[in-house]
Amino acid sequence: MTGRVFLFGDDIDTDQLAPGQYMSGGIEALAAHCLEGARADFPVSVKPGDVVVAGRNFGMGSSREQAAEALKHLGVAGVVAVSFAGIFYRNAINLGLPVMTAPDLAGIEDGEAATLDVDAGVLRLPDRARAVPLDPLPDNLKTLLADGGLVPHLKKRFAAEKEDNRS
Amino acid sequence: MMATTLAQKIIARAAGRETVKPGEVVTAAVDLAMIHDSGGPRRVEPILKDLGAGLFDRDKVVLISDHYVPGDTDEGARILALTRQWAKDRGVAFHDGQGICHVVLPEKGHLKPGMFVVGGDSHSPTGGAFGAYMFGVGATEMAGVLATGEIWIRVPGTILLEWTGRLGAGVTAKDMMLATCARLGMDGGQYQAVEYAGEAVRALSMQERMTLSNMAAELGAQAGLIAPDETTAQWLAGVGGDAGDWRGLVTDRDAPLLAQHVFDASALQPQAAAPHSPANAAPVGDAGRVAVDVAYIGACTGAKHEDLRAAAAILKGRTAAPGVELLVAPASKTDQDRAEAEGIMAVLEAAGARVLPNACGICAGYGAHRLGEDVTCISSTARNFKGRMGAASSKVWLASPYTVAASAVAGHLADPRDMLAETGA
Ligand code: SF4
Repeated sequence: MTGRVFLFGDDIDTDQLAPGQYMSGGIEALAAHCLEGARADFPVSVKPGDVVVAGRNFGMGSSREQAAEALKHLGVAGVVAVSFAGIFYRNAINLGLPVMTAPDLAGIEDGEAATLDVDAGVLRLPDRARAVPLDPLPDNLKTLLADGGLVPHLKKRFAAEKEDNRS
Repeated sequence: MMATTLAQKIIARAAGRETVKPGEVVTAAVDLAMIHDSGGPRRVEPILKDLGAGLFDRDKVVLISDHYVPGDTDEGARILALTRQWAKDRGVAFHDGQGICHVVLPEKGHLKPGMFVVGGDSHSPTGGAFGAYMFGVGATEMAGVLATGEIWIRVPGTILLEWTGRLGAGVTAKDMMLATCARLGMDGGQYQAVEYAGEAVRALSMQERMTLSNMAAELGAQAGLIAPDETTAQWLAGVGGDAGDWRGLVTDRDAPLLAQHVFDASALQPQAAAPHSPANAAPVGDAGRVAVDVAYIGACTGAKHEDLRAAAAILKGRTAAPGVELLVAPASKTDQDRAEAEGIMAVLEAAGARVLPNACGICAGYGAHRLGEDVTCISSTARNFKGRMGAASSKVWLASPYTVAASAVAGHLADPRDMLAETGA
């Protein structure tokens, strides 16, 4: 699915991703304010398949899982950044939101068409016939993402184990 | 053989590998999982149900009630009831009302050098003081760990924090960490492993080391390790534990490090971190005359037996200034009992302290003593984020138990060394 790039800078924190004052309202309400502090157009205009591209230390701050959940809820195809804060990175993978790092994200433009290809480890920019190489994800994290996150992954694994026991 | 760090050694063993490299993602077997009443049963049980899963090994799960103890609100009472029922149903080790999880876990002999441990709390790096690789995870991940006994981990690089020299009188591990936060910033740990080393660290007691490891969380590190030594082994033997085969658990001399920072312990002054970040730390003497309404000696980083003893060294023969509310929440029942036996609790009470339950209390923002509007508090806790301990308008300064006690007596932020010198301690 091809979407568009939403460009952000360094140090986007979990309070911007999941603002504290909307935390009690459920993921719907929270997602409606996701990243609005950094750019007001984001929660209103982001569409499924769009890609968040950011600088260093994306997701810094608290351990709240809702920071990743809000992006997933909005249908974001994934986040590509120079680096991620550790707990956000874990939460994102466990909730099934692709998060990928890249050594060089220079030249990617806000609003341009983009497709995140997790398996191939590239961000495709079809308008310019360019593909930005991303650091490849290890196989076990790829599997987690492909299954939709930790809970669906474990469900699948347990079901398979049951099958094995039966046969 | 390849020279590796302490973190790599523990993770390699847990992952069933000869060696692991920083940046690599591996799946590791968990030796122990710790959960508490807030992030534990009430959050993980619905996920376990959804998965149709039981516990991977109930002997490797420890549940501790601390956040909602004593259950003085309807919500708290309900959560504690649910927690107690779960402990019974699932048959796990349960320490109920014994104190704060990070203090109770080692005190009850659950930790051992070299272990790979996850905790359902952000200050889980505390276990690193015992040479265990321990880190905090969210509820979804914890449910996965409880169901499977394993977790994925990106092998961290190691940031070595070396403290040369010795701390002066009235200067503590808390001051070391506040100064580190100021120098490296709240993301200085880069979600890698921090390791504390050097003469000043070796000289610290286990409880002081626990404060160093605990606040690795404030640096944004995943873990805060200290290589085990005789101090570790003796302490563990004292609680009926067993240090096992700890001698090889070190970072090899020529192991590649991510970074190394050197600090001089002998030049360190008592610190105070201004609201609302631990990274706002500076020598308390530089803070000016800041009046305080509440002095709080509490939390896993600030109310252990030795913290209480430090406060008593200041408060002996002194009282809190009029208008200052002095609150003491000993970190565990065991620590409080020891302090009681040594006359420390009597000193604190004579100084006007009100003694609160062995629990997180207002550090977690719970209970009847939450800070009110515009209150200024000096606190021995680890975090002073806006609104954490009560009203959003409250202001929290962080400091060591010495400094909190001295400020309670003075009625404003004060360097404890002047009072210590007067007492001749
Ligand atoms: S005392 Fe404070 S820092 Fe320690 S576990 Fe409780 S809430 Fe967390």
